[in-house]
Amino acid sequence: MAVIEQEERPIGFGRLKRKEDARFIRGQGTYLDDIRLPGMLHGAILRSPYAHARILSIDTSAALAHPGVAAVITARDLETLGLAWMPTISYDTQAVLAGDKVRFQGQEVAFVIATDEYIARDALPLIDVEYEPLPAVVNARHALDPDAPLIRDDKDGQVDNLASPTWEAGDEAATDRAFAEADTVVTRDLIYPRCHPAPLETCGMIADFDPATGQLDIYNGNQAPNAHRTVYAHVAGLAEHMIRIRCNDIGGGFGNKVPVYPGYVCAIAGSIVAGAPVKWIEDRSENLMSTGFARDYVMHAEMCAKDGKITGLRVDVIADHGAFDSTAQPTKFPAGFFHICCGSYDLKAAHVKVKAVYTNKAPGGVAYRCSFRITEAVYMVERMVNALAMEMGVDEAQLRMRSFISPEQFPYETTTGWTYDSGNYAETLKVAMEIAGYEELRREQAEKRARGELMGIGCAFFTEGVGAGPRKHMDILGLAMNDGADLRVHPSGKAMVSISAQTQGQGHETTFAQIVAEELGIPPEDIEVRHGDTDRTPYGLGTYGSRSTPVSGAAVAVVSRKVRDKARLIAATMLETRAEDLAWEKGRWYVKGDPEKGAMIEEIAAYAYSGDPMPEGLEGGLDAQVIYDPPNLTYPYGAYIAVVDIDPDTAQVRVRRFIAVDDCGVRINPMIVDGQIHGGLAEGVGIALMEVITFDEEGNCLNSSFMDYLIPTALECPDFELGATVTPCPHHPLGAKGVGESPNVGSPPAIVNAVIDALHESHGVTHIDMPCTPARVWAAMQGRPEPPQ
Amino acid sequence: MQVTLTINGRAVSRDVEPRQLLVHFIRDTPGLTGTHWGCDTSNCGACVVLMDGRPIKSCTTLAVMCEGHEIRTVESLEVDGRLDPVQLGFHEMHALHCGFCTPGMLMTSRALLDENPHPSDEEIRTAISGQICRCTGYKNIVAAVRWAAEHQAATRPIEEVQ
Repeated sequence: MAVIEQEERPIGFGRLKRKEDARFIRGQGTYLDDIRLPGMLHGAILRSPYAHARILSIDTSAALAHPGVAAVITARDLETLGLAWMPTISYDTQAVLAGDKVRFQGQEVAFVIATDEYIARDALPLIDVEYEPLPAVVNARHALDPDAPLIRDDKDGQVDNLASPTWEAGDEAATDRAFAEADTVVTRDLIYPRCHPAPLETCGMIADFDPATGQLDIYNGNQAPNAHRTVYAHVAGLAEHMIRIRCNDIGGGFGNKVPVYPGYVCAIAGSIVAGAPVKWIEDRSENLMSTGFARDYVMHAEMCAKDGKITGLRVDVIADHGAFDSTAQPTKFPAGFFHICCGSYDLKAAHVKVKAVYTNKAPGGVAYRCSFRITEAVYMVERMVNALAMEMGVDEAQLRMRSFISPEQFPYETTTGWTYDSGNYAETLKVAMEIAGYEELRREQAEKRARGELMGIGCAFFTEGVGAGPRKHMDILGLAMNDGADLRVHPSGKAMVSISAQTQGQGHETTFAQIVAEELGIPPEDIEVRHGDTDRTPYGLGTYGSRSTPVSGAAVAVVSRKVRDKARLIAATMLETRAEDLAWEKGRWYVKGDPEKGAMIEEIAAYAYSGDPMPEGLEGGLDAQVIYDPPNLTYPYGAYIAVVDIDPDTAQVRVRRFIAVDDCGVRINPMIVDGQIHGGLAEGVGIALMEVITFDEEGNCLNSSFMDYLIPTALECPDFELGATVTPCPHHPLGAKGVGESPNVGSPPAIVNAVIDALHESHGVTHIDMPCTPARVWAAMQGRPEPPQ
Repeated sequence: MQVTLTINGRAVSRDVEPRQLLVHFIRDTPGLTGTHWGCDTSNCGACVVLMDGRPIKSCTTLAVMCEGHEIRTVESLEVDGRLDPVQLGFHEMHALHCGFCTPGMLMTSRALLDENPHPSDEEIRTAISGQICRCTGYKNIVAAVRWAAEHQAATRPIEEVQ
């Protein structure tokens, strides 16, 4: 009985049920729209109907005269406040409200403040904006054509639509040699189309500026509150201590809530102008049309093999950044971590080129569980392995097995400059194949093929690099990508740990309490995890790129150990012995050789705050703080296998089975890890089969609501089958690696490979771009693959 | 115009614009922000409440259409500090991450079990297929509803899940 109790309520790692559930299952979460401040006004944004147009005039008089409207703000008003343009995370600038031109459909043009949200929206059509439409740049591949209209004429010296110079990694000459020596070469043009994280709660802000004190209070659901505060301090010219950002409960983020959006600055400016709190929350169309999208990578890839093993990779990318470069990635990595695209293979050489362009589309580009472009990299390399296997006439799983980096090669330096920490790739793929019953599936497929049924099996194997990152290599806007932790054990022996990671549903209140519990032996229910308030948490860069456990989790482990070390010194005084004569067991220091004699952590805490004498040179109290600088990224990996059936009459793809074996090192809470994987796999099903943001030739967004931007429901998602291998991370204090993004990274190529596998033999299909909608699959079956967008 | 409806057993009467959405009417009632809004187009189901025992989307229902009807929201599931089996199931099976879709999912699950106490997994998936969860991949939601079906008499004070 006691054992069961222990499993249900582990003091430390294990399947602990979530502490945060109690409020959510009763409808008592506090999301942004649930907050109502006295005297609060409501904002709404007028958006551009054109993708590219000159603004000739804006007349706000009718809107201002509308009953209930408090103010209408345009670019001209913002110019007087110095807020018309704001910096992006990538050292570009972005218009807060368009003054000269609109550069994408849905761009912010005016901000109305009114007594309620209905009135604010009523006033939007009363604003008269005169536009002169301009030709739009929609296709990234034509953005640099000599006759392409110039989008960023606001930037001095900008003569074309190049958003950033070509960025390269790897050794071009060595790659040329590998290709020259190869016996098999395959080439593919691959598109990772534009899609959107679309968290169920949209983006918004309540800004409350107090003119008497100059204090700016912000309520917002963002993934990096401390970094946002620094940005606002720069933008608004306020000291950071005069700005307080509170993120209460956040209804999903997935990278969509990393950037600073014009609507946020409008809400702040609105509160300054109106002298009252201003709430602005976007609607679903605004979310899909204007906030941080994902992917939009056009890739030309070549892969080669020699003697049955993959040897080289060459890839040339055009990245579509939209009208403003607001991709969120470490400064020194303008193409993010895309050059991790050597994947899990022991390549002789690889060479990567990435060129980024402006188009008349919404800005963004790094979001949706993608870990700074690793999603695009993994999709490309895993599609290429599939293509190479097809060309060589071998099973794709076998080609991977033959080409993997072997366990004894770790730590492994890739040809593009990464140092993978640990792994046993072949073992993980083997486990996935066993769960899938791979040989049996191939037999079933052969039988079905003989009957004319379309069944496909697809594999993908990924290596991720997460937990950015070491301060010597990685910063965002000059801010080191480190995270703080502050741990206080109170006189009662209960504890509070403050962190700079920001949950959007990942279960931090549980996982981080478990880390302290594991290290100090305090029950997790007695540990309060504090986050989401810049006044009450240490500095750090927040939660995205699967960095919570690798960076903040490590910070919490290290701060717990600092407290434990201090507790040892205090225990030595209490037990009248020397610190080195004490040994630790969970929750207690005891005398070596006399285990009965010891002090529990709560006894030590009580002593630390009492009037009793402290050890020589030690301050009272039992607390510590750290800023954790990770020595390297962590490199989780996994083997995924998809089984699909395609209806030969409707071309509808159904994912019948999906097997995911992840190795993310030590699992702090396996229940939460599994939950993260389930969620990411569902997103992968959506991206592979349904989700896409497209535009017509004039730049009109064609997927601006959930009627057109299709997200998988319970009927499209299979009953995911998970497995695990555990290869501890050698440099993380807990041996843990990040995991949140892995399933989104690994699943789309597995599904697309399965779709091609279903259609290759019967229909000669060798490539299909995502999403594999019935229309696109049908066209491929007819030998008319849809031209890339 | 004046509208009177019952929310969680309590009559609520208010003078509203005819265009006011039910989701806003509910959320404007003190203490009832558990019903969420997510999409405008009846696709996501964050706004699902029960009208006369059946799930409806309150973001595309006008408050005035509910005159005389009985509305049940997530806040009605807990009675005297004790949780409903569907609430316990979601906690037991880790069927929620960010919690934003959870109230709607709970209400649909409650309605399903009221009508069909022993649904198959396919029936559960079909019942929640008008709703989007962006976090869980649905697997654990299905397991949670199954748990609730298997523990229909289960109830537990809220303190035990805190």
